[in-house]
Amino acid sequence: MSVTAAIEVSGLSKKYGAKTAVDGIDLTVERGEIFAILGPNGAGKTTIVEILEGYRKASSGDVRVLGFDPATKGNAAQRWRNQIGIVLQSTSDAADLSVFETISHYANYYENPRDVEQVIDEVGLREKINAKARELSGGQRRRLDVALGIIGSPELLFLDEPTTGFDPEARRSFWELIRVLKAEGTTILLTTHYLDEAQALADRVGVINNGKILEIATPQTLGGRNHAPAKVSWLENGVTNQIHTQDPTAEILILSQRFNGQIPELEVLRPNLEEIYLKMIGELR
Amino acid sequence: MNSLVATIRIGLLRSGIELKQFLRQRESVVFTLFFPVILLFIFGTVFKDTIAPGVTFSQYFVAGMIASGLVNTGFQQLAITIPMERDDGTLKRLRGTPMSVSSYFIGKALLVTFLMIIQTALLLFFGSVVFDLNLPTQANLWWNFTWLVLLGSACSTILGIAFSIVPKSGRGASAVVSPIVIILQFFSGVFFVFTSLPSWMQQFAALFPLKWLTQGMRSVFLPDEFATQEVAGSWEIGKTALVLIIWLLLGLIFAIKKFKWSRE
Repeated sequence: MSVTAAIEVSGLSKKYGAKTAVDGIDLTVERGEIFAILGPNGAGKTTIVEILEGYRKASSGDVRVLGFDPATKGNAAQRWRNQIGIVLQSTSDAADLSVFETISHYANYYENPRDVEQVIDEVGLREKINAKARELSGGQRRRLDVALGIIGSPELLFLDEPTTGFDPEARRSFWELIRVLKAEGTTILLTTHYLDEAQALADRVGVINNGKILEIATPQTLGGRNHAPAKVSWLENGVTNQIHTQDPTAEILILSQRFNGQIPELEVLRPNLEEIYLKMIGELR
Repeated sequence: MNSLVATIRIGLLRSGIELKQFLRQRESVVFTLFFPVILLFIFGTVFKDTIAPGVTFSQYFVAGMIASGLVNTGFQQLAITIPMERDDGTLKRLRGTPMSVSSYFIGKALLVTFLMIIQTALLLFFGSVVFDLNLPTQANLWWNFTWLVLLGSACSTILGIAFSIVPKSGRGASAVVSPIVIILQFFSGVFFVFTSLPSWMQQFAALFPLKWLTQGMRSVFLPDEFATQEVAGSWEIGKTALVLIIWLLLGLIFAIKKFKWSRE
C-alpha cells in the first residue's frame, strides 16, 4: 500500500455530452511530492482534480488515489476521505460561525485530526480566532479554507487555486505553510494560475490545455527551459543591442574586452517559467 | 456498529452547529418562531365566531397553526436553505470529508424538532394567555400530541430534504417552495374550516401530509364530540399515522437516492 504512488491515472477521459473536457490523461504523483497542474481557464484542470477528489465520475480510464478508486461509494469511501484534504475554489459557507467554531467542528469528522489551536497558528488566523467567517478578508477566508483542508492530517492535500486574491505577503506566508506540510510528508496536488507559485513550490508541473497534458517536467526544465538560449542585451552607440546565445558567459567576455571593462546597461535574461508556459499554450491557439 | 455510533455522534454535533448558525440569523429566528404566533393573533382577533358549541375559531386555528408550523419549519425551511447551502459550498465541503450523509440528515431533523418544540410552546403559551385556548387535560391526548409533533417533524424534515433537489438555485428556492406550502395550507383546513371547502379541494389535500397533521392536531385540541363534524365522522388517528409513515418512508428513499451535493 505505502509503495504505491499517491495518485495514479491512466487513460482518463471525461466527456460532457459531445464535448471532451479531459482527453486521455496519464499522470503519476509520487508520495511526498508537490505537483502543480498549470493550464488556462477551461483547460480541464478543475475537472481532473474533481475526478481525483471523488466529486465527478470519469467517462473512461483508470484512477487510483492513495490506492483507492475515488468513484467508490459507502464506508470504504468514508475511510478514504479520512486520508485526504480538499481545499476547493472560492467558498462562502459557514458565514455565521467563528474561525474556531468551524475548525473545531470539522476536526470531529476525522479519525486523527490535527490540534485545532496549532492549525489556527499555522494558517495565521490567531488574531481572527473569534471572528465570524463573514468578517474575514478574502485572503483570511482562504486561509480558513486551508485550515479545514488540513485539519484531518491528510496524507494527500488538494489545493485548487489556493492563493487567488492574496496580497504578496500573504502569499509568501502561505507558501511557507505549504513547505511545512511537505516537510511533514504530505503529498500536495496544486492547481494555480500563478507561475511564480508553481516555480516556488512544485517539484514537478504538468501543463494542460484542451484536456491534454502537453508536458510534465520540473519547473527548471519545462519546455526545454534549461537549454533555451539566453538573451544578452547592452547599450552601444545609443542603441540597445541584443543577441540570443547558448553561452552568455562567452559573449559577455567578448563584450567586456570590446568595452574595455564595463558593458553599458548589460542584462542577461533567461526565459522564465511564465514565458515558457505562454509559449507552450500559445502554440496550440 | 462502531460506524453507527460515529454517525449518531456526528449527527448530534451537526445539530448543535446547525442550531448555532440558525440562532445567529435573527430574521429567520423571528420569522420561524414567532410567525405562527403573529398569524394566530391576526386570525384570532379578526374571526371571533364560534364554529361549534364551545369551539372558537382560534381554538380551531391553533390546531392548524401547529400542523402548518411543522410544514414551515421542516419542509419549507429545508427546501429553501439546502439549495442555499448547495450554492455557498457548504454541501460540497461536507461531501469532501468523512462525514456521512446520515449525520447530515440527523442534524437537520434534530434542528427541526428542536425549533418545533419552541415554536409550539410559544403558540400554546400565547394562545392560552391571549385567546383562552383550552389545553387538553387527558394524558392520552398529550401522548397523541407528542407523537404527532415528532412524526410530523421527521416527515417534514425528510420531505424538505427530498424537495431540496427541485429548486435550481438558493435564490430562487423561496419562489418555488413557498407557493406550494401556502396552497397546501389553504387546501388543508389551516385558514378555513376544512369541511367548508369544496370536496375536490378536500380530496386533493388528503393526498398530502398537512391535511392529516391538522386533523390530528384537531383531535388533540378540539372536544371529542367535534369528531362527528369531520369528513369521515371520526378523527381517523390510525390512518393519520399511516399516511405520515408512508410519506416519511417515500421521502427517505428519495432523499437518500437523489440528494444533490452540488449544482450541475
